[in-house]
Amino acid sequence: MPRTLFEKVWDAHVVKPESPDTPAVLYVDLHLVHEVTSPQAFSVLRARGLKVRRPERTLATMDHSTPTLPRRPDGSWPFADAQNEAQVRALEENARDFGVELHGLGDDAQGVVHVFGPERGATQPGMTVVCGDSHTATHGAFGALAFGIGTSEVGHVLATQCLLQRRPRTLAVRVDGKLSAGVTAKDLVLAIIARIGVGGGTGHVIEYQGPAIRALSMEGRMTLCNMSIEAGARAGMVAPDDATFQWLAGRPRTPKGAAWEAAVAAWRRLPSDAGARFDREVAIDGAVLAPMITFGTNPSQGIPVNGRVPDPAAESDAQARSTLEAALRYMGLRPGQAIAGQKIDAVFVGSCTNGRLEDLRAAASVLRDRKVKVRTLVVPGSHAVKRAAEAEGLDRIVKASGAEWREPGCSMCIAMNGDDIKAGQYCVSTSNRNFEGRQGKGGRTLLASPLTAAASAVAGAVADARPLMEGR
Amino acid sequence: MKPITIIESRIVVMPRENVDTDQIIPARFLKVTDKEGLGEALFCDWRYEGVDKPRPDFVLNRPEARGCQVLVAGDNFGCGSSREHAPWALVDYGFRAVISTRIADIFRNNALKNGLVPVVLEPAAHAKLLAAPGAKVRIDIGAQTVTLPDGSTAPFPLDGFARYCLMNGVDELGFLLAQEEAIAKFESKV
Repeated sequence: MPRTLFEKVWDAHVVKPESPDTPAVLYVDLHLVHEVTSPQAFSVLRARGLKVRRPERTLATMDHSTPTLPRRPDGSWPFADAQNEAQVRALEENARDFGVELHGLGDDAQGVVHVFGPERGATQPGMTVVCGDSHTATHGAFGALAFGIGTSEVGHVLATQCLLQRRPRTLAVRVDGKLSAGVTAKDLVLAIIARIGVGGGTGHVIEYQGPAIRALSMEGRMTLCNMSIEAGARAGMVAPDDATFQWLAGRPRTPKGAAWEAAVAAWRRLPSDAGARFDREVAIDGAVLAPMITFGTNPSQGIPVNGRVPDPAAESDAQARSTLEAALRYMGLRPGQAIAGQKIDAVFVGSCTNGRLEDLRAAASVLRDRKVKVRTLVVPGSHAVKRAAEAEGLDRIVKASGAEWREPGCSMCIAMNGDDIKAGQYCVSTSNRNFEGRQGKGGRTLLASPLTAAASAVAGAVADARPLMEGR
Repeated sequence: MKPITIIESRIVVMPRENVDTDQIIPARFLKVTDKEGLGEALFCDWRYEGVDKPRPDFVLNRPEARGCQVLVAGDNFGCGSSREHAPWALVDYGFRAVISTRIADIFRNNALKNGLVPVVLEPAAHAKLLAAPGAKVRIDIGAQTVTLPDGSTAPFPLDGFARYCLMNGVDELGFLLAQEEAIAKFESKV
């Protein structure tokens, strides 16, 4: 029977099949660990006298609580507070005690966990990948089944390398056509979420298909899969192809020599078979999409950057009207107002969604020979990204524009490390969530692509990047 | 985990839809390395003015909310981040069940591991609860039903294994550890 990509990966990892009484026991190939969702899991292992079952399948870094300002002259790190530091120290201690490979603060591979994993070549097609972080969906860009788990489950995987899982349903999102100039993977995924809704993918694994997906770079596919969770889907996947293999070749953890050839041959059998059935299918025309930006307090509340804020009065459904009203009240936006031109206070370029080299290049292409009008943080997703960007001189372009060039980390996406905005401020952000207070209590987030973020930084207001890209 | 078979309580109603885990517990409270006392931070930015002054208009701050163990929320409760701090905070505060028309996948999984019962009702039954703040409900885990204020009962889905774990206080880690033989066999094949 023809099978989907998801079904092939799932079937290959079933230790024990599910029954009406018990979920499947699913084997985990790669467990990524960071400092925020792991300490309580390691505590459970200690309390029960358990070991990490497969340390070589476990890989840790730190990103949420880490400072993005450089080390002080005396060698100390400028943590925002003692709790941040305690979390970092706890992971150092846990990794040491349990024999887990950690690329922590000061390590030249450290970075945002979902930038770091693929970069190390740890994420590979056909794998099951989990992490105590909902944006684990990112790794689906390689044809892996990757999803976020809670801390109890982090403990389960540490101790048994397995999870108890019911098989999710499948949703195919097919994107035809060719994205226009200035329309990126971020715009595409915001358009997809606007279409299927913030809970529309609940219970499903998405497979993104079609010519517009095949045309995306690996960075673009990671951006796309990353935000699958913002539609409620735990995982998003893209079938691996030559672009995937080229991107992975030669990375620290990928197979080498004959083992590489064998791996690629196996990976070529992963794409969904012709005639494979999905539980649901959605089709989108990529050719008609414009750059997108959110105006509300969940990621499905997105509109074209040259569009207008919707009017709650036009909503016939009372619940939808009240949701929209609450969003506009929090955001301080007027029904029907053009979103372009809305004054902003800050811009953030970075995160596991848009903190990769391609994203920084896009932002720099707009910032070159221009000045930013608002506080702008550019935060590379990892040290590897930072080094590559600096080798191309992107840091000089960013700094010359008046923007800040920071050290790698989650930074202003989640505002746990002291990088935040203040109550009432507006921030155009390349991150993944515009929930109330996400970037700081009372802060207002507008999600967009690195191009739109950079153009908005230059304008001091929400702006379409396309006019600024002419001739560049 | 203590076994749970029946929950009887008055309800707190929060009709808002898409309540995300950043609202349930904002990220600045995730800097802890244990899980004690997170109930203090539950719905913090809706619940308090400034740092700790209760907002009188917020539903949990009303006198009638005291002692309620069942939260009735709008559609798609618990969306967003995978933070288990969200169910930890709800349980620490005193909630034992959340009722909605849809509950986000990761939140539901996390809730079940902490004895917080995720109850998904059909819209018609859910609407009866939205209209009856403070009313008493009875959640029967074994029968998978909620007795509504009008005396009728509404069914809710619950995975057989999840029901078994809730009713017997079984923790999944113990179950997984007992699969050692199958896991070792699987590993020997890869």
